Amino acid sequence: MSLKSTAMNITAPVIPAHWQIRAVHRFLKIKNTLFKGPYVPTFVESPLPEVDTLAIEDIDVSSPFLFRQKKWQSYFKRLRDECPVHYQKNSPFGPFWSITRYDDIVFVDKHHDLFSAEPIITLGRTPEGLEIETFIAMDPPKHDEQRKAVQNVVAPKNLKEMEGLIRQRTREVLDELPVGQPFDWVKTVSIELTARMLATLLDFPYELRHKLVYWSDVSTASPETTGGRVDSDEIFAAAADAGKHFVKLWHDKAAQRAAGQEAGFDLISLMQANEETKDMVKRPMEFMGNLTLLIVGGNDTTRNSMTGGVLALNQFPDEFTKLKENPALIPNMVSEIIRWQTPLAYMRRIAKQDVELNGKTIKKGDKVVMWYASGNRDERNIDQPDTFMIDRKGARNHLSFGFGVHRCMGNRLAELQLRILWEELLQRFDDIEVLSEPECVQSNFVRGYSKMMVQLTAKK
Amino acid sequence: MASVTIIEFGGTEHEVEIEAGKSLMQIAVDNSIPGIDADCGGACACGTCHVIVSSEWFAKTGSTSDEEDMMLGMTPERADTSRLACQIEASEALDGLVVQLPEFQM
Repeated sequence: MSLKSTAMNITAPVIPAHWQIRAVHRFLKIKNTLFKGPYVPTFVESPLPEVDTLAIEDIDVSSPFLFRQKKWQSYFKRLRDECPVHYQKNSPFGPFWSITRYDDIVFVDKHHDLFSAEPIITLGRTPEGLEIETFIAMDPPKHDEQRKAVQNVVAPKNLKEMEGLIRQRTREVLDELPVGQPFDWVKTVSIELTARMLATLLDFPYELRHKLVYWSDVSTASPETTGGRVDSDEIFAAAADAGKHFVKLWHDKAAQRAAGQEAGFDLISLMQANEETKDMVKRPMEFMGNLTLLIVGGNDTTRNSMTGGVLALNQFPDEFTKLKENPALIPNMVSEIIRWQTPLAYMRRIAKQDVELNGKTIKKGDKVVMWYASGNRDERNIDQPDTFMIDRKGARNHLSFGFGVHRCMGNRLAELQLRILWEELLQRFDDIEVLSEPECVQSNFVRGYSKMMVQLTAKK
Repeated sequence: MASVTIIEFGGTEHEVEIEAGKSLMQIAVDNSIPGIDADCGGACACGTCHVIVSSEWFAKTGSTSDEEDMMLGMTPERADTSRLACQIEASEALDGLVVQLPEFQM
């Protein structure tokens, strides 16, 4: 634990978290004015070269424009075919290894003894001063304790209780949609549905739910972390606002319980009921880390699969016909959407010792990036990987949730949300036509859409 | 024929033929038994082929490795005789084996 984090834990009972975050921000601003702060890359978009014009060692898949410019498939195919374990020594995020084939990714993901998830799972670092502690970026055994304390919020048993509520909220959104006129699917459906879900999971004030989306979007979008566009002033302001609201939520929940109200199935209530996490509010960086993980985990991912599914069915219209003829394919299609979209491009590790992999020696301390987006298109393991097939055999065997101890704990919730969405869509609409190319976010981590105009045709 | 019995959470029983050398997970998948997802395809890396072995058979299914133990540790429905079906190698010696499926795979 860092010195700053320890200091924040000691002062947490007397100084509110959002004041602490603001104080750190002010301190760093002064410090970085007086002394040179850590390097923060800037990204200005220009067309990326065609991959076949590059020497293999010059291929840099850390560009935040690779997905937006539709170059990711050709770049990763070349790496998979010619140099599946690839070293890029000069990226804006420092040197790193790319693991691009399915089997090698499973190897790295499984071997938490060889590859550490600490201190963070993105290609770049977190902004200075916001080094939150979250179990996705912890190794066993601490990871296991913390995950167990919170995973029940998205465990299947809890989801069974929540299915009716998810369906009701999905229907509310879909019943309001305009038919026969253009609208933005991302804002109106994908963001709205995931925001409602997050507010439900946290029992967060419903009318403030868009704050959750904003905090989540900002937290993964700084240039030094993923090549995004949000500067550190905005991130600090968002973190302070989030800290204020989450700490209040914690104390409100504790007060409700003290007054004799039954504990709910929301995340905070579960944390307060667990021995390991019942005092977490006194450890602000850990508390904020766990909440951030939950809102990020439930936001960008499912949102972009909700958009990606519509896009995929437009690019492969025969599959849409197949789906309408046989809605029983929905569960299998949900897995295929999650593979095809791969909403998070990768997870990063650090080698804990020298490791031989596919003919290369990864040195102790080296950064290692498992490109799920590439592994999910690996011809060696997946038949016609660039084709979207809703009845694909073995559709569940995709990499998007990761494998091993860090496997996505919200996977069942994601599948449930997407299944319900498509069940309800098919009952209402004959077509969801994508009217123009979607706008993609700037990131090497989130493979997401910021806008996609569509038009609905009502079911006859 | 040598066979194993897989009992779904709801109580539905499936008697399936043992194919020696295959994993119990693969046999269940080949017979389309509902309730075994096998998301990682047998790499002991996802925990979605969780089965609960009847106690008299538990010792005969072999030992649980550290990595299997860790994956099982992630499921709230873990029982004393839990195993991952992909880590149980089928053989004639398992003729008569009975395993229960948990309510959920996760």
